[in-house]
Amino acid sequence: MKLNGAEILIDCLQKEGVEHVFGYPGGAVLHIYDALEAQDKISHILVRHEQGAAHGADGYARTNGKPGVVLVTSGPGITNAVTGIATAHMDSIPMVVISGQVPSPLIGMDAFQEVDATGITRSCVKHNFLIRDISEIASTVKKAFHIATTGRPGPVVIDIPKDITIAKMEVEEYPATIEMRSYKPTIKASERQIKKAAEMLASSKRPILYAGGGCIIGNASKELREFTRMVGFPITQTLMGLGTYPMTDKQSLGMLGMHGTYEANMAMHGSDCVVAIGSRFDDRITGNLEKFCPTAKFIHIDIDPSQISKNVVADIPIVGQTKQVLQALIDQMKGKKLEDISNWWSQIEKWRKVDSLAYKKSPGVIKPQTVIEMLYKVTKGKAIVTSDVGQHQMWAAQYYLFDEPRQWINSGGLGTMGFGLPAAMGAKLAMPDKDVACVTGDGSIQMMLQELSTMLQYSTPVKIINLNNGYLGMVRQWQEFFYEKRYAMSYMDALPDFVKLAESYGHMGIRVEKEDDLKPALIEAFNQKDRTVFLDIVTDPSENVFPMIPAGGGHSDMLLAGRDEMVSKDETDFNAV
Amino acid sequence: MRHIISVILENEAGALSRVAGLFTQRGFNIESLTVAITNDPSLSRMTIVSSGSDRVLEQIVKQLNKLIEVVKVSDLTSQDHVERELLLAKISSSSKEGANIKELVEIFGCKVVDVTDKVYTIEVSGKTKKINAFLDAFDPSSIIEISRTGVTGISRGKKLI
Repeated sequence: MKLNGAEILIDCLQKEGVEHVFGYPGGAVLHIYDALEAQDKISHILVRHEQGAAHGADGYARTNGKPGVVLVTSGPGITNAVTGIATAHMDSIPMVVISGQVPSPLIGMDAFQEVDATGITRSCVKHNFLIRDISEIASTVKKAFHIATTGRPGPVVIDIPKDITIAKMEVEEYPATIEMRSYKPTIKASERQIKKAAEMLASSKRPILYAGGGCIIGNASKELREFTRMVGFPITQTLMGLGTYPMTDKQSLGMLGMHGTYEANMAMHGSDCVVAIGSRFDDRITGNLEKFCPTAKFIHIDIDPSQISKNVVADIPIVGQTKQVLQALIDQMKGKKLEDISNWWSQIEKWRKVDSLAYKKSPGVIKPQTVIEMLYKVTKGKAIVTSDVGQHQMWAAQYYLFDEPRQWINSGGLGTMGFGLPAAMGAKLAMPDKDVACVTGDGSIQMMLQELSTMLQYSTPVKIINLNNGYLGMVRQWQEFFYEKRYAMSYMDALPDFVKLAESYGHMGIRVEKEDDLKPALIEAFNQKDRTVFLDIVTDPSENVFPMIPAGGGHSDMLLAGRDEMVSKDETDFNAV
Repeated sequence: MRHIISVILENEAGALSRVAGLFTQRGFNIESLTVAITNDPSLSRMTIVSSGSDRVLEQIVKQLNKLIEVVKVSDLTSQDHVERELLLAKISSSSKEGANIKELVEIFGCKVVDVTDKVYTIEVSGKTKKINAFLDAFDPSSIIEISRTGVTGISRGKKLI
């Protein structure tokens, strides 16, 4: 049977088990849309902007672990998607992006809606392809999904010229597997390294586990929990790792880093053995590298060898899947005698008593932290929470105690404002039975507002929690601390009436100005099972995110709420505990 | 420290720009880069001369390995190897050195490959140091134009990349 390129492409996507494609049509992809319309196995989500397509697919992928699929046209179609692709790349999210290209003979002629898609995306994808012949379609799609989902996952772009989508050929069988001599990601870690790590762990007196997004992407939460409980060590999680270990558990010290808890950062600072599991020593985690973990040895577990010894030199590097490595460590350490770390735990409990997330309420204003705490209560800690980027993101990370992996969806690496809303839509499509909340701010939400329209069309009811303080809060906070309160361009004048705006998109809007109205409004919103509800919550414009490690600081240089002085120079003699 | 890195990669359109892009994207130093097809026509071989600390070099090798089209990466500097570079230089025959050009050609063991009434074109091959020494032997004003290939290298004996 002869099929055209577009039909072959759609057939390949079906065989890859694709459920949803997030996209936007245009000249170069019309044949593909025609083939998509002729079938009903794959549903298409028509976004309102291609960046929304990439974030939607990304939110879908983060929530259920399957690759997100995006379809955009040439030129502005693919350039609009670039921010979303880069967002997925920084957080290692599996994604396949199909972009139309001008017909092959026109490539390089500055044709209408032509851009060098593979050139533009090269530095923000795991890999990309430009298809040159119809016979390459099937093998390229197979390779793209293979590359996107294995090893350290990431986005893959397939650029396909229009003439190839209308050319015809006799269809061949879709390959079941693919072998690539140049791409063979390591899975199984070296046993020798596992043994060495087990020895170091058993003899450490002040150990700490530092788990990142690699535990979630690598589906290693079960093994991580078993391992952590078995060894009884304290565990801290990165912004990308939240939920991989239950944050309500007593061994959990919460998040670490720039806005991490006092106990997590101090424990890192005082540790003699830091075990990084699927985390990459990002600058927002380490702060000043010269002051980072002065007395620690490092065991670094990561599937990507290039992460090891990039920022911090690993004493025991272990390259492999987090799931497999943790299982091997469990097996290796079973029955092994460990050092008594009760002194270490009593020191940590002292730090915990500092209660670094405490904040003062003031009469007449709603504190943003209170909103997140109330959201946690009303949803019983079970909602999938997406966020945008800024202060609200940090408060959501600090005050919503995530107990499950894939429950917290945010743009950690690239820090993309506008991510939250389309990601919430993708999350709801992935998990229709779960409550999905999008915690956002008045700045971020306006970057992808148009997707409210998509959410009505495809009935993806989410609850938007807009922490409206009239400021680009994180920018304002930095200007307050480091620019002598010169608030350059961080004030949002002329905000829209978000309630009316939500209503004009066919959704429900509720404005909350008093704390007493907060709980009823949240309950009302979550009772609306089939509707998207926009909660516009007026919050204290002067509130700052604490604790905070200022730029150049180390983990023991933390600013805490309500204290003018930096809490630092902890006098604990770490070698004594 | 100077390093010579050999890379075997798929002979595909775009592979070269991925490698070149990686070096600019991550701020790695690049002194020279040569690339051509190998005896297996589906593969290309690239030789990159770079410099940096051991940690930077470790990152360069790992990041190169991470590129999907790269099959193998090896640091030749750390092993027994042979390296060569080719220079084509046009020297003015009317200059001071032009007069004894034949003598210099003999000393450096190179070849005059083209002669016109005013210009000698000379081919020199050897280690980078030798090429530099050859060029240093002339007054800069007598050197009209040069073209260097950059270093290529291979390990010695039976050992393959």
